[in-house]
Amino acid sequence: MSDDVSRHKKQVAKLRHGTVIDHLSPGMALKALEMIGVPKHSAALIGVNLASAKAGRKDILKLENIELSDEQIDNLAVLGPSATVCYIREYEIVKKVRVKLPEVLEGVLRCPNPNCITNHDRLTTSFDVERTSPTQVRCTFCERLISEDDIVLL
Amino acid sequence: MSEPWTPIERELAEQMRGNDIISVRQFRPQELRTLLSIIERFEGDQAGLLRGKVLAALFFEPSTRTRLSFESAMARLGGGVIGFANAGISSAAKGETLQDTIRIVENYCDLFVIRHPREGSARAAANATSLPVINGGDGSNQHPTQTLLDLYTIKRRLGRTTQLRIGFVGDLKYGRAAHSLVQATAMLGNDLVLIAPTSLRLPKRHIAELDVLNASYEETADLPNAIPTLDVLYVTRIQRERFADPLNYERVKNVYQINRAAVDTGKNELIVMHPLPRVNEIHPDVDASPRAAYFDQAKNGVTVRKALLALLMGAVR
Repeated sequence: MSDDVSRHKKQVAKLRHGTVIDHLSPGMALKALEMIGVPKHSAALIGVNLASAKAGRKDILKLENIELSDEQIDNLAVLGPSATVCYIREYEIVKKVRVKLPEVLEGVLRCPNPNCITNHDRLTTSFDVERTSPTQVRCTFCERLISEDDIVLL
Repeated sequence: MSEPWTPIERELAEQMRGNDIISVRQFRPQELRTLLSIIERFEGDQAGLLRGKVLAALFFEPSTRTRLSFESAMARLGGGVIGFANAGISSAAKGETLQDTIRIVENYCDLFVIRHPREGSARAAANATSLPVINGGDGSNQHPTQTLLDLYTIKRRLGRTTQLRIGFVGDLKYGRAAHSLVQATAMLGNDLVLIAPTSLRLPKRHIAELDVLNASYEETADLPNAIPTLDVLYVTRIQRERFADPLNYERVKNVYQINRAAVDTGKNELIVMHPLPRVNEIHPDVDASPRAAYFDQAKNGVTVRKALLALLMGAVR
């Protein structure tokens, strides 16, 4: 664990204030960026398919001057159940948290079922998380069981 | 109503009062069994139980059995019914959203039954109103009152809804009634035999649901060999309207025709069920067989719906 943290330190050394999201599933960094959104005053760095000792490959996202809400952190779990979020202040990691899938994901995903009412009427989408690793969610409306590969962000 | 209600029955009734019926998945297996025993209490006359109450029956998609059965149930309880049976004459035709329709109609009624072509519509309707909503079929997703009347029919005929060997035959790909009942009977602990030609097999996502439940099931295309092993044979219509290519329909439309001779190879207690309407999946010569249960289903549908209407309105004696 301490090795892990020191490695992070090296990777994030350039970020003065902000957030590093590490261990996203490969290919998910852009989706994470889309989910969080980057305000005008901050910069973002994306790493895709980087070598990872734990998972083989991973994505990483560095966000300058942004701190995420607890809800945003939990929602990130759909993009990588073992993702970690590090807060950086004055080049130092001040806090590191593991994402945890919430029981319900509201307004985060789009139902892949084209005949689901949420794709036709203006409704806030809602998914019950049925399983983690691999992630499996169920649309609260049409009850379709959706596996990780079929998850679509709003 | 001779036997007094058990504490478990009373607890479930209290829980259902003011609530919605959207999906069989909202019930735990024990609750389903308790609900079936409550429904049995609604055999016979309960005139006046819902006097002065109004059911809004909003059918955005054609239906005869479900709609008439709800209307009959409401009338037998002394209540009234308003609504429409065709989205073309409702304000949906003018582009109104389902939620807006619900918010308007809730001022005219005490509870809703809704059939709508989109999956999830019943949940969306329930979110838009504090009044109870009954799902009368949402696209290819759920039709819980059909499932309950199917379970109730099995219980009335065979005395139990568990540890049975239940065969589903016909259109397992598109048939909503079959999907819902497959799920419910699996939840209750039965052995399922899924009988369909390759092109109409139960979709993978429903198989995944069975795996989540750790259910016992097998898939086969061989009906004659399956029949003698079954307690229940649930037949569904192969729906012509589901096929884009009429040739594909012609190929499968008559693969399973069940006649008296086939049914007679079954166990003595075998029952044959069908959500109806049938086309030619079940030969009329089966109708006179004591094993035919499909007209019972229609009759039981009124009892089941009476019970549900009364439970949701909290009007139980």
